[in-house]
Amino acid sequence: MRDNSFYGPLEDPAGDAGYSEHPERVGFFTDTSVCIGCKACEVACKEWNMLPDDGFNLLGMSFDNTGMLSANSWRHVAFIEQHEQVDLGMPGFERPGDASGAEARTEFRWLMSSDVCKHCTHAGCLDVCPTGALFRTEFGTVVVQQDICNGCGYCVSGCPYGVIERREGDGRAWKCTMCYDRLHDGLEPACAKACPTDSIQFGPLDELRERASRRVEELHSRGVTEARLYGHDPNDGVGGDGAFFLLLDEPEVYGLPPDPVVPTGDAGAMWRYAGMAASALIGLAVSAFVGRR
Amino acid sequence: MMREQLAVPRAEFRSYYGRPILKPPAWNWMIAAYLFSGGLSAGSALLAAGADLTGRPQLRKVSRIGSLISILASLYFLVADLGRPERFHHMLRVAKPSSPMSMGTWILSAYGPGAGLAGVAELMPGRLRRTWLGRLVGLLARPAGLWAAGTAPGVASYTAVLLSQTAVPAWREAHPYLPFVFTGSAAASGGGWGMVFAPVAESGPARRMAVAGAGLEVAASRVMEQRLGLSAEAYKTGKAHRLRQLSEVLTVGGALGALVGRNRAVVAASGAALLAGSVLQRFGVFEAGVESTRDPKYVVVPQRERLNEGRPARGDQRITRV
Repeated sequence: MRDNSFYGPLEDPAGDAGYSEHPERVGFFTDTSVCIGCKACEVACKEWNMLPDDGFNLLGMSFDNTGMLSANSWRHVAFIEQHEQVDLGMPGFERPGDASGAEARTEFRWLMSSDVCKHCTHAGCLDVCPTGALFRTEFGTVVVQQDICNGCGYCVSGCPYGVIERREGDGRAWKCTMCYDRLHDGLEPACAKACPTDSIQFGPLDELRERASRRVEELHSRGVTEARLYGHDPNDGVGGDGAFFLLLDEPEVYGLPPDPVVPTGDAGAMWRYAGMAASALIGLAVSAFVGRR
Repeated sequence: MMREQLAVPRAEFRSYYGRPILKPPAWNWMIAAYLFSGGLSAGSALLAAGADLTGRPQLRKVSRIGSLISILASLYFLVADLGRPERFHHMLRVAKPSSPMSMGTWILSAYGPGAGLAGVAELMPGRLRRTWLGRLVGLLARPAGLWAAGTAPGVASYTAVLLSQTAVPAWREAHPYLPFVFTGSAAASGGGWGMVFAPVAESGPARRMAVAGAGLEVAASRVMEQRLGLSAEAYKTGKAHRLRQLSEVLTVGGALGALVGRNRAVVAASGAALLAGSVLQRFGVFEAGVESTRDPKYVVVPQRERLNEGRPARGDQRITRV
């Protein structure tokens, strides 16, 4: 086992998991700057993966009536309405649509972002799974084997993003598989296929990372200085995400943790403390019997 | 006790409609109950082995029976809490060092048969004892009990890692303290069980172990509350706080009773208080973790602070060093 199997930058997660020959690592780059909030990704995912419906809920959160990723929603489009001042709607002299660059923006903006499982390089869910149901695929993604999962629920607490969940009435844990079945047949995942603006881009991760950094530079040069990447850095707390994002505000605004860390990163220290406490218990027990009758 | 100011001022942070970032633990009360019963079983097994080696047959008997009953309760809680209980044996497919639950499965698999055999040996009716099987069990009782005592510290302490190696802020950040809270609580409850059921003449070691365990548990618990930063709030407010406060009263009261009590009723009542204190401690810790997943501040505020101070989590540096 290599030194970085549990934490730190890891060049080849599939190789680390034991695949001697395997295809390139693939992933998602979700460019939220072109997301139009159509939810085609949510629908395509539900249809392809035959996910149960999660009820007809009106959440009062802009156009978001999904709420969050769950056992039954593997794509979730977040809608954030931001306005610093009230727009009085004063008549202007420009024709609508004349100006379309960053300079023409008003105080109001509407952020939309399609969230998904991050398929982490160091995946907390996979690390803590006690049955081996969660596994690393040859594509570097993380998938649950439903015939193995016994619903222990440990992965639910192991995920620093709050993605994976136990399905009510089924008892097993479910999450995005990056359409493992489609990947086998050389197809892109259903959400990426359905995305009409290419906000969701699928491909080899290295290629996506390059494309994403070019896109950020481009946006910055056009005055969109708040554009930033999230989850792209192989040197972050989860070793980089297999699904990463271009965001237009802080991650927590989209419901993402600002600086996630895989729980396994501290496993060594945790076991050392447990060892000390176990020794203390032995000491307590022995001293209760020694010396006195 | 002086009421101290909350160490951390009200946190300002941004979130997505105030929604939680993490999923709440999928576990229900049975896992909190298991934390207690597993600890009780381990504490009793240690006490039983000591009683066996120092010639205290009554204390040995009640402790072995206690560790058998509580390990059976533990297994029930663990299996019943699964989403698919009939697949419990899938835990035995792999041994995975990265998964504390997998490690725990194997620790329990090592511990269970020892504690079970020693307990069964005490429960055998006289008629059965005279058969060849009964004699074999009687012969194996001591090695089995010693084996159980040898693995018991693992049973009592791994559960702290089980909770800490998660993204749940109040459990994760408590990882330097939780193991001591848990092993202290295990010793206090094991001692408490001995105090309730063994005659006073033999329960001296039970009382001493209970007092020392209670001391360790309360001390570790106090230090944890002081050092945790924002996550301490999950322990110091709401239901978790009430449970743990009552736990401390019962644990300290039970320990005092164990120190001064000489009559059977006082010792037994003190033992019962220690058992109840241990139950409430485990439910309190469990509840604090659940609460820290419900409020996004426990996730966002410390992580945002790290980023703003220019020290984000980096893969090439370990976050914690011992």
